[in-house]
Amino acid sequence: MSADVELQNISINFGDFYAAKDVSVMIKKGEFFSFLGPSGCGKTTILRTISGFLEPSQGTVLIGGKNMAGIGPNKRPTSLIFQNLALFPLMSVADNISFSLEVRGHSKADRRARAEELLGLVALEGQGDKKVHELSGGQRQRVAIARALAIEPEVLLLDEPLSALDLKLRQKMRSELRAIQKRVGITFIYITHDQGEALTMSDRIAVMNEGRIEQVDTCQAVYEQPKTPFVASFVGENNPFYGEVTAHNDRQVEVVCDGNKFMADISGNDHKESKKLTVGQKIILFVRPESISIKNSKAKIQNSFSARLDSIEFEGHLQNLFLTTESGMKVRLSVPNSEGTNHLTAGQTMELTFSAQKAVVLPEGNLAVD
Amino acid sequence: MNNFFSKNGPIISTYFLIAISFWVIFLIIIPQLYMLDLSFRPNLPPLLRGGEEDVYTLTHYKHFLFGSETSKDSYNFVDLNVFFKTLATAVVITILSLCFCYPIAFYIAKVAEHKTARLLIVSLIVPFWINELLRAFALRILFAGEGVINNALINAGLMDNAINFIGQDVALFTGLTYAYLLLMMFPLYNSLESLDTNQLEAAKDLGSSTVRTHWRVVIPHAKAGIASGSTMVFMLTAGALATPVVLSSPNTFWFTQLIYQWFNMNDNWSRGAAYSVLLLLVSVVFVLLMMKLFRVKVGEIVK
Repeated sequence: MSADVELQNISINFGDFYAAKDVSVMIKKGEFFSFLGPSGCGKTTILRTISGFLEPSQGTVLIGGKNMAGIGPNKRPTSLIFQNLALFPLMSVADNISFSLEVRGHSKADRRARAEELLGLVALEGQGDKKVHELSGGQRQRVAIARALAIEPEVLLLDEPLSALDLKLRQKMRSELRAIQKRVGITFIYITHDQGEALTMSDRIAVMNEGRIEQVDTCQAVYEQPKTPFVASFVGENNPFYGEVTAHNDRQVEVVCDGNKFMADISGNDHKESKKLTVGQKIILFVRPESISIKNSKAKIQNSFSARLDSIEFEGHLQNLFLTTESGMKVRLSVPNSEGTNHLTAGQTMELTFSAQKAVVLPEGNLAVD
Repeated sequence: MNNFFSKNGPIISTYFLIAISFWVIFLIIIPQLYMLDLSFRPNLPPLLRGGEEDVYTLTHYKHFLFGSETSKDSYNFVDLNVFFKTLATAVVITILSLCFCYPIAFYIAKVAEHKTARLLIVSLIVPFWINELLRAFALRILFAGEGVINNALINAGLMDNAINFIGQDVALFTGLTYAYLLLMMFPLYNSLESLDTNQLEAAKDLGSSTVRTHWRVVIPHAKAGIASGSTMVFMLTAGALATPVVLSSPNTFWFTQLIYQWFNMNDNWSRGAAYSVLLLLVSVVFVLLMMKLFRVKVGEIVK
């Protein structure tokens, strides 16, 4: 059984401080949904509200269409996986997993069978009698998942459970989590500040900032069609060019940033924000580092500008070029390693270009702070 | 040893060694060995000590078990009764103390906000600035026949005759529980404080009731603190003197009072020593048994 989760105008305040402000989102049944945002953006508060540890100051939580007001965490059809996992160190692995069944008065044999079944699900067969501290980090992770799944929750809530693992293991656990979610088919709600995690696992993402949801969309839409400057700068790398609208029609916007005239294509963009632009409005034009390329004289160019190369950074599969335009704007671009950058030297001036389709124009707003 | 010296430096290491050796040898081992030796010697006037009659004997231990040679009873029922009653009462006091302290310690450690917690700890400590004997007398004033409680209840018209709190040993139980409260409170608080709060939430999220969460998660975690607190409270209660003297009913005799009598009133030091040794021995055995029963190791207690 899986359930949808609906948040209606959730606000949570502690005195004057709003941890969440007017958050509304509909999370579909069986979906892998992530709340992504910097620390302190209110995502953990939202998760605690869904799990029932926190009552919202205003608004309603509906799980499977049922209002959850006044229903405690032990009575909700949700299971929570804690950031530090919170496994019971004095119980065996099997007892940890079947604790929720013990609570519900299941027989010992019943519990044992279910524990074994779940251990199988998370690929830990035969490890039931071990103590928690005898397991590795990744194995503990899986025990926590099995424990949370034992009562067959309709919604699984995950509070950055991968943050304590090292990089390789984290990447492996991402695909495992995704596979487990596919297998059990229930709704997963995942909290993270790591955009890589959110983008690789989720069906949809809610990007949060300062207690509000900035955008709810598929991973691709969040990346390619950010709705706000915050989303554009928080998810992935982005180059912001501050400027002003000089002309626009239904398909394209013409902007001027520090004397450079750029065109941005808005026909493919679903957001109303970019269609409501008016001439003279202050905007930010965003271009991703991988969308900027070094000018090739043969190509037909729409947007181009020149900048001086400051430094080159090697990052395995690609190289990052850091440049500064004449007016002092910092630009970053990424070149696949295969293209080679041997002919480039710091200090040289380069002609750069990007396509109008890859540029996003948004009304001026706050960027994410690094 | 070299490690110890290099870690703490020569001055601190030497100080530690001397201080601890002095404490252990002069304040624990030598007096206890002297008592043990004394307990096996006859009670002789000073002039005869070291003479022909001063030989090792079991006479005092025999006296504890079978009474004086002139007694007609087959066992020393009076002393045995006091002995076992003291131990049993100490057990009850320990349990009372645990039951009383656990919720408070849990509240301070896990529920209360920082400020409230500090206030509570201070208000627990401050009354213990008052001397133990004075606290016992204060309780006596509360519980006496014409004491504060009785007077208040009678004046309020709730009852006609005073309750004999002291005769019923209510005062004694209250006084003893209170006397060593902190020795239960702080080990408990320490072990509860180290419990990860997420564990409580995890248990709750998995559907556990409060009682079960305590039984399965909190108490197992706090086991060492419980053992440590219980051991101290039991030992000190069984060995208490001031509080029972002031608060016990005329019919209740505490075993330490017997020991005191042998030493001071009957001037029979060797018999007093024998009784002390017995109390120490049985208390230690009792505590070790309890630890075995609850599967706690000595090392865990001092954690």
